[in-house]
Amino acid sequence: MHTAFCFFYVGFFLRMPVDVNPLAGMVAAFLMGLLVDVFYDSPGLHAMASVLFVFLRHYWLRLLTPQGGFDSGARPALTQYGSLWYLLYALPLVFIHHSVLFFTEAGGFQYFWTTAGKVFASMIYTVLVLIVLEIIRPPKRI
Amino acid sequence: MQRILLFIYQYRAFFTFLFLELISVALYVQNNSYTGARFFNSTNRLAVAINNFTYSIRDYFALRDINRTLAEENRLLREQLQQYRQGLLYARDPVIDSVRIHQYQFTSARVISNSVGRFTNFITIDRGLNDGVEPGMAVISPEGIVGKVKVSGNRFSVVTSLLNVDVMVSARLKRTGHFGTVQWDGVDPDYIPFKYLPRHVQPVVGDSIVTTGYSGIFPEDLMIGTIAEIQLAQGAPFYTIRVKLAQDFRRLSYVQVIRNRLLPEIDSLELRVPDFNQ
Repeated sequence: MHTAFCFFYVGFFLRMPVDVNPLAGMVAAFLMGLLVDVFYDSPGLHAMASVLFVFLRHYWLRLLTPQGGFDSGARPALTQYGSLWYLLYALPLVFIHHSVLFFTEAGGFQYFWTTAGKVFASMIYTVLVLIVLEIIRPPKRI
Repeated sequence: MQRILLFIYQYRAFFTFLFLELISVALYVQNNSYTGARFFNSTNRLAVAINNFTYSIRDYFALRDINRTLAEENRLLREQLQQYRQGLLYARDPVIDSVRIHQYQFTSARVISNSVGRFTNFITIDRGLNDGVEPGMAVISPEGIVGKVKVSGNRFSVVTSLLNVDVMVSARLKRTGHFGTVQWDGVDPDYIPFKYLPRHVQPVVGDSIVTTGYSGIFPEDLMIGTIAEIQLAQGAPFYTIRVKLAQDFRRLSYVQVIRNRLLPEIDSLELRVPDFNQ
């Protein structure tokens, strides 16, 4: 199958500080989505999925706050909070983002199984690349 | 009034969300119509510069393939030229209308961006309004049909690929002359379904599927592909046929854009018949 896409630009949204203003976050996501859309000839499609991504991330992070809360300005990083936490954080968001993207592009549910296959394959691909990027990131300055 | 404002302020994140999503949806819907979106696509100058650069690198490594295709195309064109000369010798028409001989005008273009893995695939080419390329014109390659022009900038155009679930092209089983429709199902970029072939016809694996020329966009008898798989369900009125595309869309490099000079005449005639498109 020729179906797995890597939209690792969502890593940019995942790495935003936890206490980022949701309004600013969504505007950034909107602009980022439009930029991606320019190259995919799909104006609005990636912008739509990205805005939804950041909107949901805001509430998802509240549910996932570790004991003692986040430090102010902290970024949700794999090395800091553990890989299990990171997967729990990233997978559902990437899943929703990819579902919205592929089902909208397919124009509905008439190609359900093909589209679902694309969503899953791409989700795994994207998250794998994100994890690799998280691991090879140079250690933060102290 | 103040309470409404307070309410909006309290849920400002949600309203911003709603607002941005509405813009996105509006952009997307508008672009899906034929003439929409002049700015946010890959005819945009920056996107063109980047796409041009990546494709110039790829071009270099594809030179051998490209030369082979061009040589093959030259051969084909010479062959056709000879056929037409012969045809003219024997033309019995009392008056030969020169427009009929020059009905189709060809423009050669280079592909600078292409995709095959999505449901709605597009191709960007390096010819635009300045070169006489306009939305609605047909795009073909030496091996088969490629798509229709969707948007044209001054120097570049975006083409809706045949590998796009929204594109339908009228097609014909060459051997018997029965017609149907090809429309991609988004699964495999090597195959396209051929629909609406009635069950009394007897197609064979390997039969050629060609264009009908009914829409006036594609000239008649252009290759689409060959039949790879035939199924006939019990009681179904039509065959389920999978066609192997003649053109491998993953290595598209040079294409031809076709203008039909008689299309306005065909269109205006069909408009005069009130129920023609029903």
